[in-house]
Amino acid sequence: MGASQTHSAYKYQDLMTKTGFSLEQIKNLHYRFRQLSENNETLSRENLENIKDLADNPIKKQIVEAFFDKRNQHQNEMGSFEEIGFEQFVMVMSHFRPPTPKMTEEEKLAMRKDKLHFLFNMHDSDNDGKITLEEYRKVVEELLSMSGDIEKDTARGIADAAMLEVASTNVPNMGPDDYYEGITFEHFEQMFKEVEMESRMHVRFLDVDTRTIHCGSSTS
Amino acid sequence: MDVGITRRGVLFIILTALSLLHGLRGEVLPQPNGGVTIIPHINPEDDPQASLEPTKGNSALFKLNYPRIQIPLEITLWMLLASFAKIGFNMYHKITIWVPETCLLITLGLIVGSIMYFANEEPPAVHTNTVFFLYMLPPIVLESGYFIPIRHLFENIGTVVWFALVGTLWNSFGIGISLFAICQIDAFGVHDISLQENLLFASIISAVDPVAMLNLFEDVSVNEQLCIVVLGESIFSDVVTVVLYNMFNFQAKKEVVKATDVLLGIAEFLEVVFGGLIFGIVFGFVAAFTTRFTSKVREIEPLFIFMFSYLAYLIAELFSMSSVTAIVMCAITMKYYVEENVSQRSCTTLRHVIKMLASISETLIFFFLGIATITTEHEWNWGYILFTLLFAFVWRGLGVLVLTLIMNPFRTIPFTFQDQFALAYCGLRGAISFALAFTLPDFIGRKNLFVTTTIALILVTVFIQGITMRPLIGLINIRKTNRNLYTINAEIHCRLMDHTVAGIEDICGQYGHFYWKDKFMRFNDRILRKILIRDRRAESSILALYKKLELQNAMLILDVVSGDISAAPSIISLYEEKKSSSKPNKLLAVEVKKMHDILSKNMYKIRQQAVSFTSKHALPNDSQPREIVIRRHNSIRRSLQSHGFHRAGVSTIHKYHSLPAGKSLGSKLSPGRRSHADVQENMSEVVYPSRTPSPGPAPLSSPLREVPSVHDRGKSGRTRHGMSRTSSSYSDSHVPAPRRHSKSSTSDKNSAGNFREPHHKAEEPEQQQRPLSPPTAWAAEPKDNVTQHPLLRQPQWNPKKM
Repeated sequence: MGASQTHSAYKYQDLMTKTGFSLEQIKNLHYRFRQLSENNETLSRENLENIKDLADNPIKKQIVEAFFDKRNQHQNEMGSFEEIGFEQFVMVMSHFRPPTPKMTEEEKLAMRKDKLHFLFNMHDSDNDGKITLEEYRKVVEELLSMSGDIEKDTARGIADAAMLEVASTNVPNMGPDDYYEGITFEHFEQMFKEVEMESRMHVRFLDVDTRTIHCGSSTS
Repeated sequence: MDVGITRRGVLFIILTALSLLHGLRGEVLPQPNGGVTIIPHINPEDDPQASLEPTKGNSALFKLNYPRIQIPLEITLWMLLASFAKIGFNMYHKITIWVPETCLLITLGLIVGSIMYFANEEPPAVHTNTVFFLYMLPPIVLESGYFIPIRHLFENIGTVVWFALVGTLWNSFGIGISLFAICQIDAFGVHDISLQENLLFASIISAVDPVAMLNLFEDVSVNEQLCIVVLGESIFSDVVTVVLYNMFNFQAKKEVVKATDVLLGIAEFLEVVFGGLIFGIVFGFVAAFTTRFTSKVREIEPLFIFMFSYLAYLIAELFSMSSVTAIVMCAITMKYYVEENVSQRSCTTLRHVIKMLASISETLIFFFLGIATITTEHEWNWGYILFTLLFAFVWRGLGVLVLTLIMNPFRTIPFTFQDQFALAYCGLRGAISFALAFTLPDFIGRKNLFVTTTIALILVTVFIQGITMRPLIGLINIRKTNRNLYTINAEIHCRLMDHTVAGIEDICGQYGHFYWKDKFMRFNDRILRKILIRDRRAESSILALYKKLELQNAMLILDVVSGDISAAPSIISLYEEKKSSSKPNKLLAVEVKKMHDILSKNMYKIRQQAVSFTSKHALPNDSQPREIVIRRHNSIRRSLQSHGFHRAGVSTIHKYHSLPAGKSLGSKLSPGRRSHADVQENMSEVVYPSRTPSPGPAPLSSPLREVPSVHDRGKSGRTRHGMSRTSSSYSDSHVPAPRRHSKSSTSDKNSAGNFREPHHKAEEPEQQQRPLSPPTAWAAEPKDNVTQHPLLRQPQWNPKKM
C-alpha cells in the first residue's frame, strides 16, 4: 500500500495545490468520479443526468451545465466541454469549499469572488458576460418549476422585478431612453454585498476514506 | 419629565394600594381542597378589617368581602404592578439598553417585598410545586418552542443538543462534585450535605435563562449561529434540568448511590426525553390535523392549539416523561402546519396570547423572586455561597471552552473565541432555577441554604453580569449577522444556492445538511402537507415573498383610491392612524366590497412569517410590510395630491426615501436597533397555498401607475429597516432607517421614467428589446387569462395598457 500511496499523492499534488482540497478529499472525489463515469476516463453529461437524486432538483440542467462550462475552470476560456476529466470535475467542486478560519482576508475575498463567479456563470448561459432579462427569467422559471402550479407570468414578473431592482441599484441615473442591458458581474457582486454567501455555498467534503471504514473504527 | 412623574406616581399609588390591602386582610382563608394549592399566610393579628366587619353588623349596604377574592386579587394586582413597571421601564429607553428587564423586575419585587416585610406580612406562597410545574412553566416553554426559528435550529441542531445536553450535565456534575468537595471541609459547616443533594442543587443552578442575552445579542446584531445556540441551549437545558431535578430528587432520598442507580438514572433520562419527544410530535400532528377542519369555527382555533399543547404537557407528566420536551416538540411540529391552516386573525391571536402568557409567567416568577428574597427565611453561609458562585462561573466557562473545542471541527462555521466568551459570560440564571429551588421538597435538610444560594446566584448573575454584559460584548469584536434578505434578488439567489449545493452534494454522493433537508422537504410536500394542510398546493418562497410585496402594493393603491380598506387585520392599526390624514376618493360601494373580498382572501393566504429570534417579550416583527406600506402610501398620496392622477408622481417618488410621516407616529425608539427578521427561514421552508383564482376587481377609475407599483416592488426589497425592538413592547411604528437615500431617490425617478413612456404614450410601440419594457407586455398578458393571479391584476388598472 505504501507505494501506491506515494504514487497517488504525487499524482494529486498539483490538484491539491490548485484546488485546496486535501489528499483524502481528492481520493474520495476520484472514487466518486469513477463511479459516475463507469470507470471511464471522462465524464459526460449523460452520466451526471442519470444520477437519481438529482432528478428532483429544479435547476438540474444548470448544475450539470456548470460542470461542463469552461469558465469554471479558472483558465479564462469560454465555451463548454463535451466531456470532462477528473481534473475539471475537481475544479468545479472546489468552488464549494467552505472558508476556513486560517484564510487571510484576501483569500477569503478571492474565494467569495470565485463562488460569485460560479453563480454568475450559471445564469449567463450565452457567455456574453452579462445576465440579460431573458436569461434571468429562465433561471427563475426553472427555480420555480417544481413548486407546484406557478404560472409563467408569475415567474416572469418576479424576474422582471428582480431585474429592475438590480437596475435601480446599480445604474441610478438612467434616463428615460436608457437601456439596461444586463447584469454585469460587478452589479451581480453588488447584489450580494450584504449577504454572507460563503457559508451557504459550501459542501462538507468528507475527509475520510469511507471505503476503508470498518465497524468500530469510524473516525468521522 | 412629567411622563416619568406620572409613572412614578402611578407606581407609588399601586404600591400603597397593595400594601394597604395586605394590611387589610381578613381572617385566614381555609385551605382549598385539591385544585390550586395556594396557601396565604396571614397574620390575623394586625388586620383592622376584621374588627370592622362584626361591628358593622346590620349595615347591608356596604360590605367588604376580602377573603373571597383575596388570591385572585393579589395575583391581579401583582400582574398589574409588574406591567405598569414594564411600561415605565420602556419609557426610559436608556435604562432598557443598559439594564436587562429581569433586573428591573427583580428590583420591583425587592421593593414590594420590603414593603411587605415592614408591614409584617408574608406573601402568598404562589410557588408550590404543583402551581409552578402545572401552571407557570408550560407557557414559558411553549413560547420558547413556538417562536424558535426552525430552520436555523435544525441547521445547528448538533451544536445545540451538544451544548444543552452535555453542557448541562457537565455543569451539574462539575458544580455538584466540587461543592461536595467543599462540603468536606469542616470549616464551612456544611458537612451534612450529601453528594446527591449537592448534585440536585447543582442541577438546579445549571439552567440558563436566555432572555436578557438574546435581547442584547439582537441589539448588537450578533451572528445568528450564536443566537440560535443560545436559544436552543436554553430550551433544551431546561429539559435536561427538569429531568435531572426529578431524578436527583428521587435519588436524594436514598442514602447510598449504587452503580446500578447511576445506570438506571441514565436509562431513565434517555427514556424520559425520548418519550417526551414522541408525545410532543404526536400531539403536534394531531393538532395540525385538527386545524385542517376548523374553517367554520375560526373563533376557537387558537384554543385547539393551546389545548393540544397543554395536553401534550399533561399527558407526558402523566407518564412521567419529560413534559417540557413534549410541549416544545409539539409547538415545533405543529407551528408550520397550523399557521397554514388557520386564519390570519387566529394566527395573530395565537402569537399574541402565547407571548402574553409567557410574559405573565415570567414576570410573576421574577417578581416573586424579589419578594422572596426579602421575606423568606434565609440561611446564609458565606463559604458555600461564594464557592457556588465561583464554581458556577468557572464550570460554565470551562464547559463552553471544552465543548466548543470538541464541537468546532464538526461545524462549518466554527465558533471563535469571542463567540465562546459571549456564550460563557452570558449564562444568566433565571426563573427556572429559582422556581426549582423554591419547590425543593422539604425532606432536604438544607433547603433554605439552597434557596438562599440560588437567589444569591441569580441576583449576582442577573445584576452584575447582566449590566456589564453589554459593554463587554461591545468591546470584543464579535461576528455580526447578515442583514435581512428582503430583496427579491437575494431571495432568489439563496434558493439558487440551496438547490445548487443540494445538487452538488448529490453529485458528490456526500450527504450534508441539505441532503436531509431536501429529503425532508420532499417528504413534507408529498405526504405531510397533503394530510395536514387544507389547501394543498405547494408554493415557492420566492413567490410568497413576491406576492407579499405585491399585495402590499395593492393594498396601498387601493387604500389611496378608496380610503377605506379595513379588510386586512394586520394593517388595520396602520390604517386607522393614516385615515385621518389621507384624502380618499371614494369608489362605488360595490367595488369597494369586491376589493375587500379579494384582499381578505389574499391576506388570508399570505402569512407574515418573519420570525425574530429573540426576546420573549416581544412579538415577531410584523412590521416590515407595514412600513413599506406607510412609505408608499405617503409617497403616492403626495404624488396624487400635488400632481393629480395623470402626471404620474414620478417626480415626487423621490420623496419616497425621505423619512416618512411614520416617524411622527411617535416612536421613541432609536433607529439603531435592528431586527433579525428571519424572513429567509420562512421563505425557504414555508409553502403557502397558491392563490385561488378570483375575478379581478372592477377596474379602478384611476389609471394608477404601474410606475410606482412596479417600482416600489423593487424598492420595497431594499428597505432595510431600522426596526426597533424593545424587550417588551410590540411596536407598531418604527423609525425606518432607509439607506441609500440620494442614490435611489434619483434612480426612482429615472427608472420610473422608463415606465412612464409606455404609460403615457400609448401609441409608442412596444420596445421589445428593452429589458425593462417587458413589464408593459406583462401588463398586457394577464388580461387574457381571467383566472390569473389576482395580484397580477394590477396592470389591468392601467386601461391604457391594452
